[in-house]
Amino acid sequence: MQLEILSPGILSLIQDAGRFGQHGIGLTSGGPMDPVAFKWANRLLNNDQHATAIETTVGGIKLKSHGTTRVAITGANVSVKINGQICKQWQSLNLALGDVLELGYATSGCRIYLAVSGGFKLQKQFCSNSTVVREGVGGLNGSALAAGDKLDCHALISQNDPHQLLAEKFQPTYGDAVTLRVIPGYQQAHFSALEQNRFFQSEFKVSELCDRMGYRLSGPTVACDIDGILSEGICLGAIQVPKDGQPIILMNDRQTIGGYPKLGSVLSLDLARLAQLTSGGRVRFEAITIDDAHNLLALAQHKSEQTQTEEKV
Amino acid sequence: MKIQVAGENALILYFAQSVSDEVSQNIQDMTMALQTFVGDLLIDLVPSYASLMVIFNPLRCDHLKVRQLIRQASTKRVNDQACVKGSVITLPAYYGLEAAPDLQDLAKNAGLSIRQVIEIHTAMEYRVYAIGFAPGFAYLGEVDARIAAPRLATPRKKVPKGAVAIADRQTAVYPAQSPGGWNLIGLCPQDMFNPNAKPSMPVQVGDKVKFESISRDEFLSLGGQLSGQVNEPLIEMKQTGDACAT
Repeated sequence: MQLEILSPGILSLIQDAGRFGQHGIGLTSGGPMDPVAFKWANRLLNNDQHATAIETTVGGIKLKSHGTTRVAITGANVSVKINGQICKQWQSLNLALGDVLELGYATSGCRIYLAVSGGFKLQKQFCSNSTVVREGVGGLNGSALAAGDKLDCHALISQNDPHQLLAEKFQPTYGDAVTLRVIPGYQQAHFSALEQNRFFQSEFKVSELCDRMGYRLSGPTVACDIDGILSEGICLGAIQVPKDGQPIILMNDRQTIGGYPKLGSVLSLDLARLAQLTSGGRVRFEAITIDDAHNLLALAQHKSEQTQTEEKV
Repeated sequence: MKIQVAGENALILYFAQSVSDEVSQNIQDMTMALQTFVGDLLIDLVPSYASLMVIFNPLRCDHLKVRQLIRQASTKRVNDQACVKGSVITLPAYYGLEAAPDLQDLAKNAGLSIRQVIEIHTAMEYRVYAIGFAPGFAYLGEVDARIAAPRLATPRKKVPKGAVAIADRQTAVYPAQSPGGWNLIGLCPQDMFNPNAKPSMPVQVGDKVKFESISRDEFLSLGGQLSGQVNEPLIEMKQTGDACAT
C-alpha cells in the first residue's frame, strides 16, 4: 500500500517525534514544528502519537492513494478535498484505491499535519524519520517530498471501524499574535535590567526570515553587554540576540552549537503556537520560572491525556 | 563548575571561561558519565569548548533531579580515573594552491612561506573541542599563533566539501559544501560525514587530529575532487556580474 505524492505543495516533510541523542555528531533534532497538532493527527487514527507523518507548510499538497487506508489532517485551517468532495479536518477520513486527496492553502496558521493509519513505513536514519533538508538526513532521501514520491504505509484491515473526531471545543485556533512564556537563562545576566524590561514590555513582529531553523523577529533593539561567547549548546526555543539586537527564536532545525548571547528559552507549548505564525505575526514575551514551566508541561500532558477523541455518529 | 538554566528541559554546565585541554577532558569525562542516562531521564548532551548542555525529559524528571545526576557524575569522575582517552586520527590534506584559495594571503600576512605554513599546520596534534554547525563539522584547536588568521570580512557563499580551513586559532574540515567565512588552505579527500557509514564520522569530541600533507596525485587517488574548485569562483563572478550589469 502506497500514497503517491502528485504535488508536494509549498514544503512537505516527513516527520516523527524528532531525532534525539545525535547532537554529539552535530545532528539537530528536527521533528514537528507544532507537536500538538502532529500528535492529534496520529491519535485520530489510533496510531502511536509519534508515528511518522507529513508536515506540510502553508498547503497545496496533493496525493493519490494506491490502496485503502485512513488519514487525518490537523493543524492550520485548510480546505480538504477527496476526489473534489469537501471533507473535514480533525477527523479520520477513508481513502479508497485511486482516491485523490488535495489540500488548499492555509487561511489561519501555516503548519498542517497529514497522518496515515499505522504511520508511514520508512527506513530510519540516526534513529528517526524526521527530515532535515539542510543535513540531507531523514525522510525518503534526506530531501523534501517531491512529485512522484511513493510512500509506503500499512494496509488497512477494516475501513468500517467508527471514525474518530476531535470536538471543536478542543481544536486549537490560530490567530496572528502569541505571547511566549520564557524561562530566563543562559547569558541573561549580560542583559541589563533596562534591556530585559524593553524585551518583556515590547511587541515584536515575525520577520520574513522565519523557517524551521529559526524565527527572526523585528522590533525594538535589545542590547547585550557582550558580543559573543565561546560556542555552546543551543536548546529548543533558545532566544539568541545577535549584535543587531533583533532576537531570533531557534526552532526544531536549529544549529546545535553557536556563539551569540542568549536571553533564555521559550516554553515548548508556546513554540508550537509560534510555529503557526508567518511573517507579520505579533509576538510578546512573559517571564516564568523553570518550575512554572515544569508545572505547565505536566498540566498540558495531563489535559491532553484526559481529552479523548469522539466516535463520529 | 557553574550550572545555569538554559530552557525548560536543559541545563548548561560551564567548566571554565576559556579553552584548554584539561577543561575539554573534564567535559568529555562528564559527557561520558552522563551518557548512561541518555534515552531515559536525559534526551541528549551537547559538549562544546568550555560547556556541556544537558537536555532532559521534563515529564520524567525536573531540573533538581538532573542537578543531582550531575553532582553524582562529578564524584564518580573523581573516583574513576580510568576514563577513555581519545584516539589520534590522521587526515590527509592537499595544500596545492588550486585547492587553497586563501593560502597565499595567509602566508603573506603571517610573513611566512607557503611551505612554512603547511609545516606548522601539519606539525600539531589538534584536539576535537566540539562538533556542531553542521553534521561532522569538528572544531579543532588550537592552531599555532603564527598561522592564526581572522575570518574573511565577507563569508563565501560556497565553501567546497573537504575544505581545510583556519579561523583565528581554530581549524576544521568542511564536511559538505556550505557557506563559510574561514580561510581555505587545502582540501581533505576523506568524508567527514557520511550518513550511511558506521561510524558516520571519523572523529569525535576528545579525539586528536593530525593533518598529513599529500600530493595532488594522492589526493585524487583517495577520491578527492578538484573539478569545480577552480571554476566555481569564475561562475559566481559571472553570475554576480550579470546581476550587476545595468
